[in-house]
Amino acid sequence: MALFGTLFAGTQNSTATWTPNLALDLEGGTQIILRPVAEDTGDITSETISQAIQVIRQRVDSSGVAEAEITSQGSNNIVVALPGTPSEETLELVRTSAQMEFRPVLVAGAPTPVGDGAAAPEPTATAQATEGVDDTATDGAAADEAATEETAPDAAAAPEPTPSASAPASDTPTKAAPDSPSDAAYYITPAVQAQFDALDCTDPVNQTGGAPGDPEKAFVTCDPDGTTKYILGPVEIEGQEISSANAGLRQTSSGAFTGERVVNLEFTSKGTDQFTAVTTRLQGLSEPQNRFAVVLDGLVISAPGLDPGTIISNGKAEISGDFTQESSITLANQLNFGSLPLSFTVQSEEQISATLGSEQLEKGLIAGLIGLVLVVIYSMFQYRALGLLTVASLVVAAVITYGVITLLSWTQGYRLSLPGVAGLIVAIGITADSFIVYFERIRDELREGRTLQQAVERGWERARRTILASDAVNFIAAVVLYVLAVGGVRGFAFTLGLTTLIDVVVVFLFTHPMMSIIARTKFFGGGHPLSGLDPHRLGVDVPRYAGRGRVVSPSTTEKSAKADAERVPVGVGSGTGSSAPAASGTTIAERRAAARAAREADAPPPEPSGPAADTSTSSEPGTGRTEGNEH
Amino acid sequence: MAVGFAQWGNDLYTGRRSYDIVGRRRLWFTISAILVAISAVLLVKPGLNPGIEFRGGSQFVVSGVSDLDQQLAIDTVLEHAPEESPKVTTVGSESLRIQTAELTNDEVEEMQGALADAFSVPEEQVTTSFIGPSWGADISRKAITGILVFLLFVTIVMTIYFRNWRMAVAALVALFHDLIITAGVYAGVGWEVTPATVIGFLTILGYSIYDTVVVFDKVRENTADTLDQSRFTYAERANLAVNQTLVRSINTSVVALLPVASILFVGAFVLGAGTLRDIALALFVGMLVGTFSSIFLATPVEVWLREREPALRDHTAKVLAARAAAGAGEGVPALVGTVHATGQLRPGSHQGVAAQPKRRR
Repeated sequence: MALFGTLFAGTQNSTATWTPNLALDLEGGTQIILRPVAEDTGDITSETISQAIQVIRQRVDSSGVAEAEITSQGSNNIVVALPGTPSEETLELVRTSAQMEFRPVLVAGAPTPVGDGAAAPEPTATAQATEGVDDTATDGAAADEAATEETAPDAAAAPEPTPSASAPASDTPTKAAPDSPSDAAYYITPAVQAQFDALDCTDPVNQTGGAPGDPEKAFVTCDPDGTTKYILGPVEIEGQEISSANAGLRQTSSGAFTGERVVNLEFTSKGTDQFTAVTTRLQGLSEPQNRFAVVLDGLVISAPGLDPGTIISNGKAEISGDFTQESSITLANQLNFGSLPLSFTVQSEEQISATLGSEQLEKGLIAGLIGLVLVVIYSMFQYRALGLLTVASLVVAAVITYGVITLLSWTQGYRLSLPGVAGLIVAIGITADSFIVYFERIRDELREGRTLQQAVERGWERARRTILASDAVNFIAAVVLYVLAVGGVRGFAFTLGLTTLIDVVVVFLFTHPMMSIIARTKFFGGGHPLSGLDPHRLGVDVPRYAGRGRVVSPSTTEKSAKADAERVPVGVGSGTGSSAPAASGTTIAERRAAARAAREADAPPPEPSGPAADTSTSSEPGTGRTEGNEH
Repeated sequence: MAVGFAQWGNDLYTGRRSYDIVGRRRLWFTISAILVAISAVLLVKPGLNPGIEFRGGSQFVVSGVSDLDQQLAIDTVLEHAPEESPKVTTVGSESLRIQTAELTNDEVEEMQGALADAFSVPEEQVTTSFIGPSWGADISRKAITGILVFLLFVTIVMTIYFRNWRMAVAALVALFHDLIITAGVYAGVGWEVTPATVIGFLTILGYSIYDTVVVFDKVRENTADTLDQSRFTYAERANLAVNQTLVRSINTSVVALLPVASILFVGAFVLGAGTLRDIALALFVGMLVGTFSSIFLATPVEVWLREREPALRDHTAKVLAARAAAGAGEGVPALVGTVHATGQLRPGSHQGVAAQPKRRR
């Protein structure tokens, strides 16, 4: 009830709907074909493509989009299939398949163009003039906005401003060789300076990123929210050298946590060496040249500064700043996933309408319905009125499943795919099995001569174990598949795991309580022939120990006097008939039963007796009434 | 008939009627071995028929089509390559995507022309491309990892739950039996192996183990006190358990198979190639074989393994010897061996006050 209450509230107050969202194969969706761009074409190998696919998949999955299908097509195109109509942010995430690099900051400046480029100011002067720009704020804000700020739909838009006015300016360094990668005098050529001056970072076009610049030269760019523009030195560390990054709270050397949010970075061994060299050099320089910029797809997502004396030689860096929880996680994700060896241009973006899928869904649902009806018929046939409980339980399970899936598709962005539908249909069988196991156990207990209420309790205790054990196995299967599998398999595993859980919930909270309740009714408790719990049909006419050394067997009931001789009241169902009792190891009850049988056999029998008379009891209605059941 | 079935269930439960499933294990092992052998042959020749996702394939996109008649595309492809099972999807509002197996260059050109004619568009609007088998390879690799991890987990869980590794081993034997036969039947039918088929196979993993666990739970219950009594051997107790769960096994299989069968029917005869059909076939065969193996393979294998334990071997010998002695004394040796266990042979267990006879009112 709470489930549907939530859903109802959702439909009233926000975007929730009464039907679950459908995945690409059922609903149609967006297909993006990406073409990789590398500095030199030799970089595009099947290996880098598959690496790129993995990174894109990781990004898309982490953004909560279900069942994105990412494949390589032809020699080097990547096809990303997103279900439904994905949000612009999600599409951006796919397109921004980034190249990450670490460059030293040479100049940081206000985002607006400076002059007309004719009178280039002294670089250091620019730096001083813009020192008001809060560099720590830039760290956090830049990261926060990296993925979402871009508004221009065309990611392939020229990332670099390419100011034509600066073209005539010389691009030749004034020196023969740089002293270091931070050597502003070498890298900031008049052309670079002109480009920097002309760059307008407040223009959204310049905040979208794009292909990274030449790794050997200076690079002019913005941060994604357009608050600062930079001239950066050559690439010093490639993004691939990051082994891991994660967001967390600052930990002091004593291990205590402060409230400050930081992003922790760890480099590979090669990256550690490079980073040691970089920090050794940068820490001695003055602002802003003591900063290194993390450049993702041509945009500076973070440009942390180094305090003097900070030399990081263990490959573990910590970026602090005005992070919110969200922005620190975003930055960590970008650092983690951002180091693709390639960048991409969107080659085409298509909407897919899956008429085939919709037809399959329709037919699949019809098939599921037919299957359900058959299951209902079969269980009514097998369990009579008890079958109604099966059906009611299945209906409850179905309603809960539908509710949960709808709720998940609202809150978690879950999408129902065709394999998911198949999983649901398969679940009918597995769910019904729990009821069958339970009912069979109850019947077993009835056969042992218990009253229905006792049988329900005892049968439940035993069935519970079996149901839990077998559902546990199923759930493990679903979880393992979900964690390890890709694409459609995940959707299937999800519905399988979900229905397994719901199965347990329904059996515990609905079927068993209902069973206990109906066991008290006259119809079921009295074992009405149509109730499915009729003791006659369950063969309660086997002898059983009734206390005080007496054995209750059908032969002692008056009603069945005529059939007495045909019954085999011995051996507690043992096929050996009256030959067994002499053997040691029989119970007292059995021996007494055998003795009585012997007596009766001696008495003038209406019909021949003995083990051969082991005929079907179904021909003798009424014989099964035992004393225990007649109260 | 229902009465007969219930009666049959009663007889199975009480042991009045009993099928010697554990005793005839040689027969079941032989049947299973033959089935597995046939499947293995089918897997080698003709072998599994990988779908476009696994082998790659050719793809045609007809753009600028005025009517999106998918059937026309299918017909056109079939005219030129009758054995194909083309996958047609509408892309956007005016193009059709047709996936076929990897065609030779000549065939591709021929098909391109034919499609252009059929949809009366210029040939330039029919683009052809080739699909790398990346997703298929990806999904297979992950599926195999998944299987291995799953088997590991299940073995651990079953060993802990049943407190006996032999049950886990027997369940795994049954599982492999199911997987191989299912794959063999799939290869024999010759339908394409798509990611949907892989999903079906993966489900069988869970289902097969699930089914076996239910049977083993009863076996465990029945055999818990085997060593404390001297009437029945372990094998007989286990056999009784299998007989007692036979009705449940049959009911469960029927209930589980009915929906799958209806999907299979609709998928195979109404929809043609597609996700539903592929999943349903794998599931149908797998569940059928899974039920068979949980009854006829898993328990006999488990008993066979358990009987090698010294304690159980001694116990079995003791029981048989005692029975032979008793039988000889009685003069009815013919009956020895037909002794069947029953459900309520637990001397001393009290069934509660309410089970006591009451004065009739």
